[in-house]
Amino acid sequence: MDKTERSEILSILVSNEPGVTARLGSLFARRGFNIDSFTASPTNDPKLTRITIATTGDDRKFDQILTQTAKQEFVKTIDIMGPKSIYRELLLLKVKADKKDRSQLMEIVEIYRGRIVDLSRNSMIIELTGSTKKIDGFMDMMSCYELIDVCRTGVTGINRGDASISDNVDDE
Amino acid sequence: MRVNGSQLVMEVLLQHGVDTVFGYPGGAALNLYDALYEYSDRIKVVTTAHEQGASHAADGYARATGKTGVCFATSGPGATNLVTGIATAFMDSIPLVAITANVPDSLIGRDAFQEVSISNVVIPVTKHTYFINNIDNLEDALYNAFRIASSGRKGPVLIDITKDVTAAMTNYKPRKPIDKDPLPAFEKADLKKVADMINASSKPVIYCGGGVAASNAGEELLQLMDKAGIPAAHTLMSAGVIGYDNPKNLGMAGMHGTIAANKAFDRADLMIALGTRFSDRVALNPEKFGKRAQKIQIDIDASELNKNVFVDLGITADIKDFLTQLLPLIKENGHEEWLSLATGWKSKTGDVKSGDAELHPSEILHSVCDMTDKDTIYVTDVGQHQMWAAQYLKHEHTKQFLTSGGLGTMGYGYGAAIGAQVGCPDARVIHFTGDGSFHMNLNEGCTAVSQELPIITIIMNNQVLGMVYQWQGIFYDHRYSATDLHRKTDFLKIAEGFGAKGFKADTPDEFEEVFAKALKEKGPVWIDCHIAKSEYVYPMIPGGGTIEDMIIG
Repeated sequence: MDKTERSEILSILVSNEPGVTARLGSLFARRGFNIDSFTASPTNDPKLTRITIATTGDDRKFDQILTQTAKQEFVKTIDIMGPKSIYRELLLLKVKADKKDRSQLMEIVEIYRGRIVDLSRNSMIIELTGSTKKIDGFMDMMSCYELIDVCRTGVTGINRGDASISDNVDDE
Repeated sequence: MRVNGSQLVMEVLLQHGVDTVFGYPGGAALNLYDALYEYSDRIKVVTTAHEQGASHAADGYARATGKTGVCFATSGPGATNLVTGIATAFMDSIPLVAITANVPDSLIGRDAFQEVSISNVVIPVTKHTYFINNIDNLEDALYNAFRIASSGRKGPVLIDITKDVTAAMTNYKPRKPIDKDPLPAFEKADLKKVADMINASSKPVIYCGGGVAASNAGEELLQLMDKAGIPAAHTLMSAGVIGYDNPKNLGMAGMHGTIAANKAFDRADLMIALGTRFSDRVALNPEKFGKRAQKIQIDIDASELNKNVFVDLGITADIKDFLTQLLPLIKENGHEEWLSLATGWKSKTGDVKSGDAELHPSEILHSVCDMTDKDTIYVTDVGQHQMWAAQYLKHEHTKQFLTSGGLGTMGYGYGAAIGAQVGCPDARVIHFTGDGSFHMNLNEGCTAVSQELPIITIIMNNQVLGMVYQWQGIFYDHRYSATDLHRKTDFLKIAEGFGAKGFKADTPDEFEEVFAKALKEKGPVWIDCHIAKSEYVYPMIPGGGTIEDMIIG
């Protein structure tokens, strides 16, 4: 087994019932699994919720994360998503922008294909979607400006091709 | 039929063959208890002194009968008092359904009187929890709770029901329990791999865990041992699986295990681990444990494979299912040389002390075995007496040794003994405890009396918290912090106060005499046995150690 740490994105389908997030959070906390980001949202099936967790660990840790999570009653499927999957994260960023910084900021936003969604005399709000890497890169550029608020949704992802993660969920 | 939520609970319990519940009433549980009153001809209610006792009783009932145990509690403190019992069952994979009543839904989240979100409290120590504040969800939750508790790796499930739901009306159409989840499917190729490894090995050893007992695979295990000439050692959780007198039984493995078991694990070239998690009390040093052996691990819970110790081949399967299919592929082999070597180490294990007037734990345990039949159910608390009971009692089958293995719950014993005796009214139940453990839950003496249970409690009274005292003696330079308590408790008077019988014994002869009397009593008996605090549990491998570090005594 490989003992080097790596980051992976887990895609988990769970029953849409109260307490699922608490249970999953409790499991990760008590077993010492990292949560780098956590997103949850409804799916096309009202009985199912999709949770995407970014986490880090070595082979052994991932083995434990997968098997411990899979055995929870409310977990329908769990999958480690590969590097070829599509990942997106949304950033909303409020930055100080007076007349001297404004045009520079607009240029950077343009390069990253972001949008300015709100503008006021001394600040602006930027919206940017993309991979975690792209957002990290943008954040690096922004670090020389005075940031007021940063909101990142955390990563969500989907596999390419015709298959669905819910293909192997048993109908109950 | 038209029923209220509480009657629905009773109907579903009956569908699942539940004839007994252990619990304690309270405000939020009034409707549930009103239904229990109505169903009292079909469901027996055992009311304990404390909800912890009820949870241990449901656990003991489950271990002794093989059925799912059920306990009831009211909201708030009633529910939180169950937690230790639920955690105990979780760590030992015991099927348990805990039903708690909560405050009415209109008060939920307002810090109402006796409100606790118990379904959140017990998340880490349950297989699943339900919070039911809508009568429409109650029936499915109850059915699924029983399915989950008894499927796969068994364990506790909690259902918390708001008081308004326990009174709300609904329709119920009686239906059979949901089928248990299917056993894990394993690759047929794995059977051949395991068979090849066993057939090729010259020094195989079986490391038998609680999963063998849980899947009722004792018979298949013995066949494997005989056919392939494999000696086996067991964990605390599987005492009794192999049969005490089986010549291939090397005894218990681990911290207080036998020399033979630990040495065989160390010297074997193949370790077959069945239904065990390589706990830190057996695989004390995960890097060096069974270091000469290739390891095969078979467990019904995939997350146990490689969790604590890396294995060469891990298979997710029910032990009985796997062994049944494996046996035809196993070649007959005597392994005479290895067997005689491994079993030869057995004789070096410490024998019963005797010859002086003092009462030794081993003498108590041997007398009990000699004076009771082989179907006796032994229940322990936690500490030195528990280890002695594991070492010296002649366990012959899996449902006769009830002990808190994983959690190590002091105070488990009396509640569990009550559950076992209620579940098995014809069996003799002997409860071994220490003066430390017994102080934690001896309040259940009133329950044993009110239920007229002839449980014999044997208190190995050394006046100290012996196991911690032993560690302080060996590793902390005799600095006996908070273990030498100078308590003046008179157990005989307490027994009498509860309406039970009390005896004391200072010598082996006295013990045999009072134990013989105790066996004739119709109600609970306590025997206060005075033993020396200098009695240590040996052998002992310190935490993190190996066979090289074993202290023989």
